[in-house]
Amino acid sequence: MAQALESDPGVEMVMGMGTREPKVPLERTEFVRADQTYSILNRIVRATQVDTIVHTFLETNSTRVSSRLLHEINVIGTLNLLAAAGAPGTPVRQVVVKSSTHVYGASEKDPAWFSEDTRRNAPVRTQLERSLIEVESLVRDFAEDNPQLVVSVLRFANVLGSDIVTPISTNLRKRVLPCIAGFDPLVQFVEEDDVVRSLEHVTRQRIPGLFNVAGAGKLPWSEVASIAGAHLLPLSPFSTRTFARPLSRLGLIQFPAELETLIRYGRGVDTSKLIESGFTYRYSSAGAVESFARANNLRRAVGAHEPGYRYEQDVEQFFRHSPAVVRGIDG
Amino acid sequence: MVGVTPDSPNASATSARKARAIEVDVVEDESTGATPEADPVPTTRSSRAARPTPATLPVAVVRSDEVPSDDPRRSDVDEWGRSEHIRSIVRRLYDPMYRRWFRVEWEGLEKIPMSGGALLVANHAGAIPSDAPAIMHGIEEELGRAVYGMADYFFRTIPVVGTMWSRSGGVPAHPDNAYRILHEQQQLALVFPEGTKGPSKSYSDRYRLRRFGRGGFVEIAMRAGVPIIPIAVVGAEETMPILFRLNGLAKLIKAPYFPVTANTLLFGPLGSLIYFPAKIKIRVLDPITFDVDEGLDRYSKSRVMDEAEHIRGRLQEALHDMLRERRSVWFG
Repeated sequence: MAQALESDPGVEMVMGMGTREPKVPLERTEFVRADQTYSILNRIVRATQVDTIVHTFLETNSTRVSSRLLHEINVIGTLNLLAAAGAPGTPVRQVVVKSSTHVYGASEKDPAWFSEDTRRNAPVRTQLERSLIEVESLVRDFAEDNPQLVVSVLRFANVLGSDIVTPISTNLRKRVLPCIAGFDPLVQFVEEDDVVRSLEHVTRQRIPGLFNVAGAGKLPWSEVASIAGAHLLPLSPFSTRTFARPLSRLGLIQFPAELETLIRYGRGVDTSKLIESGFTYRYSSAGAVESFARANNLRRAVGAHEPGYRYEQDVEQFFRHSPAVVRGIDG
Repeated sequence: MVGVTPDSPNASATSARKARAIEVDVVEDESTGATPEADPVPTTRSSRAARPTPATLPVAVVRSDEVPSDDPRRSDVDEWGRSEHIRSIVRRLYDPMYRRWFRVEWEGLEKIPMSGGALLVANHAGAIPSDAPAIMHGIEEELGRAVYGMADYFFRTIPVVGTMWSRSGGVPAHPDNAYRILHEQQQLALVFPEGTKGPSKSYSDRYRLRRFGRGGFVEIAMRAGVPIIPIAVVGAEETMPILFRLNGLAKLIKAPYFPVTANTLLFGPLGSLIYFPAKIKIRVLDPITFDVDEGLDRYSKSRVMDEAEHIRGRLQEALHDMLRERRSVWFG
C-alpha cells in the first residue's frame, strides 16, 4: 500500500506504522514501530499533521493470534486510531478502514449476494466476527460524530496473494483443502493486488462509505481445490469442529471457526457499488485462485522467494535525512 | 509471431503462454537471453491447433491445454449454484419418471414466454413435493429455458441433497435472490407462495390452498417489473399423501415438518423415495401484469395483499375446475 502511495507525486509524505518492520523497500515512507494498540498514534498525528489514515492492521486470521490479542488489536487499536483522528483540532481529513466480509457471517438463510446494507443472518459466534462487527460500529459512530471527515470502510472477501497469509492460503499451499462432506458452497476471492488498488482508489478519490470488495463471479469450493491443484479433505457434516480439531492440532489443516460456516454455506457479496465508483478489478474470483496457484507452483519449483530486503532503521534514517546523501542520482 | 493472424481464436492463448515463458526464463536462467521470437515451436503448434474449422474444433484440446488466464473456471456452476451439465444429467434420469410414471400433461404451456423474466407461481403438494421437478423439467425440455426453483432454505442444511438441489437449479427463497434472477438476469423463477404450509398439509386437506405467505411474491414481481404466471398442478397431492405429522421429531431435527406418508407405511423407509403413480396435469393460467412503477422499495400493502388473494383465488378456481374434469386419480 505504501509503495502504491509513494509513486504518486501528489502525496507529500507517507508514514507507515506497524508492530513489525516493513518487508518491502519503501523509498519515501517514514516508518514508526508501535505496539498493536496504536497508543502513541495520538501524538504522531499531532506531530506530523497527517491528513489521511489508512487502517489496514485489522487482524482477520484468527489462527494466528489468541482471541484476547485479537480483541486488543482490532477493537482497542481502532479505538485509539479513531480517538487520535477525531481529537479536537485534528488535521485528519480522511480515514480508510480495511474490514472483512466476515462481518456478514454465513448461514443457510443468507441471500446469494450480500449488498452493503444487507442484514447479517448468522448468529455471531466467533471472536473474530465479534471484534470486526464492533470495529465497524465504532467506525460508524465515528463517521456520524465527525461528518467533516471522509470515512470509508472496505469489506474484503477471502484474500489470496503471495504476501498475505490466511487459513485458506495456508491450506492451499499445503495442497490440502478441508471441506465438509456433502457441501460444496459458492465462494469469492479477491487478489492481493486488487486489495491494495481498491484501498488506493478510495483513498485517492476520497470516496466515503461502505464497500464490498471481491473478484467477479463465484466458484464452488471443490473448484477452488481443482484450480489450485489441492486435494479435498472431507470432514464430517455433523460435529465438524470435533473431527477437525485433531487434524488442525497435527498441523495438517488450518480450520478456524469462520472457515467452517463459510465452507458449509458459502458467501457472496455484491460489489457493484465499488465498481460504480470507478474501480476496475484485475482479477476475478477464479482468476485470483489461479494466479495464487501459479505463484504456488513457482514457489515449489524454485523455492521460497524471500524478499531480498531488510529494513534497517539506522541505514534508512541515514539515507533519508543525512545531508551527506546526494539525492536524485539513481532515483 | 510466426503464422498467427490477429483474429486467430487461439491468439490470446498463445500470447498468454509466451508471457509465461518469459517469466520462467527470467527466473530460471537469465543468461540464455531467450526471447519469445527465438522459441517458435510452441507458437506454430498452437497456431495449427487453431486452424480446424469451427465444426471440428475439439473443445477438449483447448481445455486439456493450459487454460488461458482469462477463463480459469473449470465447471459451469453459475452464481446460483446451478450447473447446466449436472442439470442435463438429472433431466436424463428424471425423464422416464416424468413421461411414464407421472405421465405429465401440460395445458397452456405457450403462455410461458420464451424470453424475459417471469415469476411462476404454483400450488405445492406431496410430502416431498413432486410438482417442482415436474414443472422445471417440463419447461426446460419443451422451451429450452432454465428455471430456478425457489425453495425453503432448510434444504441447504442437508448434506448432499442440498448441494444436488442447488446444482440442479434450486435457489433459497430470499427476496433478493428472486429479484436478481427476475430483474437483472431476466430468467424464470418458480415459487410456491404457500411455502412449507403447502406440502405439509394432510391428505384430507388436499387441493385446498393455504395462505399465500404475506404476498411477498407479488411485491417482488412488481419491483422486478415481470409478470406473474400462475400454474395449477393436479396429481401431486396423491403422489405422496401425508397421513399425519410428527411435530416433536420435526422440532428435534429442525425440519419444517416431519410427515408420515402412505408411501412410508406401505414401503417402509423406502417410501420416502417411491411416489405413487398419480397422473400429473399442469395448467398454465393467463399471465398477470401490474401497472406499477418497478424498482420501488415498498408497494402499497393493501394492493399487494389484494393481488395475492386474487391470484390465490384464480389458482383455487382452476384446481376445482381441473378436479371436476378428472375421472381417475391414476389415469386423469
